[in-house]
Amino acid sequence: MKLRTVTEGKGTQIVLIAIALAFLAFFVLLPLISVFSEALKAGIGGFVAAIETPDALSAIKLTLLIAAISVPLNVVFGIAASWAITKYSFPGKSLLITLIDLPFSVSPVVSGLIFVLLFGANGLFGGWLAAHDLKIIFAVPGIVLATVFITFPFVARELIPLMMEQGKDDEEAALSLGANGWQTFWHVTLPNIRWGLLYGVLLCNARAMGEFGAVSVVSGHIRGETNTMPLHVEILYNEYDFVGAFAVASLLAGLALVTLVAKSVLEWRFDLHSGARH
Amino acid sequence: MIKVQNITKRFGDFPALHGIDLEIQDGEFVALLGPSGSGKTTLLRIIAGLEFQDTGEVFFNGNDVSRLKVADRQVGFVFQQYALFRHMTVAENVAFGLTVKKRRERPSKAAIRERADELLRLVQLDGLGKRYPGQLSGGQRQRVALARALAIEPKLLLLDEPFGALDAKVRKDLRRWLRDLHKQMGLTSIFVTHDQEEALELADRVVVMDHGKIEQVGTPEEIYMNPQTPFVSHFVGETNRVAGEGGEVHFRPHDVDVVEEGGELVLVDNVFRKGGAWRVEGMLVETDLLVEFDVDAALPQPAAGDRLRIVPRRSRLFNPA
Repeated sequence: MKLRTVTEGKGTQIVLIAIALAFLAFFVLLPLISVFSEALKAGIGGFVAAIETPDALSAIKLTLLIAAISVPLNVVFGIAASWAITKYSFPGKSLLITLIDLPFSVSPVVSGLIFVLLFGANGLFGGWLAAHDLKIIFAVPGIVLATVFITFPFVARELIPLMMEQGKDDEEAALSLGANGWQTFWHVTLPNIRWGLLYGVLLCNARAMGEFGAVSVVSGHIRGETNTMPLHVEILYNEYDFVGAFAVASLLAGLALVTLVAKSVLEWRFDLHSGARH
Repeated sequence: MIKVQNITKRFGDFPALHGIDLEIQDGEFVALLGPSGSGKTTLLRIIAGLEFQDTGEVFFNGNDVSRLKVADRQVGFVFQQYALFRHMTVAENVAFGLTVKKRRERPSKAAIRERADELLRLVQLDGLGKRYPGQLSGGQRQRVALARALAIEPKLLLLDEPFGALDAKVRKDLRRWLRDLHKQMGLTSIFVTHDQEEALELADRVVVMDHGKIEQVGTPEEIYMNPQTPFVSHFVGETNRVAGEGGEVHFRPHDVDVVEEGGELVLVDNVFRKGGAWRVEGMLVETDLLVEFDVDAALPQPAAGDRLRIVPRRSRLFNPA
């Protein structure tokens, strides 16, 4: 295919590129640099000291724990949902596809509130939970619930179009050769979707660690207990501990950068293997 | 022996098959021939166990397999797009059916490798075992798919449009090769096709289907020479259809004589060479119907605007339904 010749003049090109670059610099590069420079304002020592406070360490641990629980859950959910949607036909299928997108269209704060209304002290199940001495809201289970809810579209949204495109011939071929359901999934389906799955996991993980709104509603902001990294950043910032706030924030920013690189690598491999994406 | 009895299948509101009865003898090479939507692929998938009928039974050698899953029917199935596992090498693809066997039934690694090599030799792909499917041509992929299906030593080989995705030359070579393989291995084979030429050339028996029903079953010769329904008559081979006394008259372009007197007057529209004959396209003057017929190429080439008189040597009369 021939490349279409650009019809705009040289001047227009330069102006357009300059605008795009300036925009990017102002909204992405500048904040990123300022995060890291603020974090290192008190030197490497100050940075390390800020990270090493018990509250910061606890926030980091909690964030990792939340991600470690919610990402695998969403991998299972994402694969199951995509499998059901692409390989079977059943009533309510289009409703399910719409529902999967729900967390994208609902404000995270509302998502958090839903769980407060369900499991809070005055919530639907609040009495029962209290009677059994179970704590969900203002505790780790609530944060996990909110995070799972917010992040569940990521894996499924990656896999549904991919599996739709691949059809079910490969699975049927495996079954006709005598493979059982598990062998078919493990040897045929999973390898076929692995790059898409990894991509979804990556996005899911980034969001799970970075989610603020929904988690903020259900967390209760108990220092050293229910503060995740984004919540901890906010608290430190409100207390004018800028070095501390930016130090923790820089970890999140670092995560974003790693995600970005990994995402590019995956996209490259992905295109190489399937040849047909986007 | 394969026996299919009173099979019906609906997809939602769409009746895919109704009342299919069919018997296939051991060693036969059978074509399911029909246009798209005729139900031929659905029937093949029901025989395989990839789809399940709403009513009716499927018997393999007298055993009712109607409720058995594909994995338990021991059939080789070759998919239209081959469905090769793209992340596995050619050898791993071929060996798949053996590697997924239960431990106590599974041959040793060396035996599996040996068997895969053997199958690759059989399909004339020796030495390509380490390649990936993406590195092969269409015809080679097709043969890998076949070798993979044969690895589980099926008695019954089912092929869905086996040559559909290949270009004409490769298709012709592969057809002959598949026929030989079928004989050599003593298989019973059923293949689906919409290409009547392919069905007539390859099959011992042809099952012509339309709208979820079997229109006719017979040898290629019977199907071609004695079509039982108007559909078979015009779907298989070239056919002229003209109105006659008491119904529709069908005749083949090569079953036409050009005569000096009598017959039907045709105004010639276009003439070209078709094999050893002139193919004449024209219009019946009396009824304005289009007809095609062959004139011996030893005779001078007719020209557009000529008027010829024709008489069908052989024709069939179908009463209006």
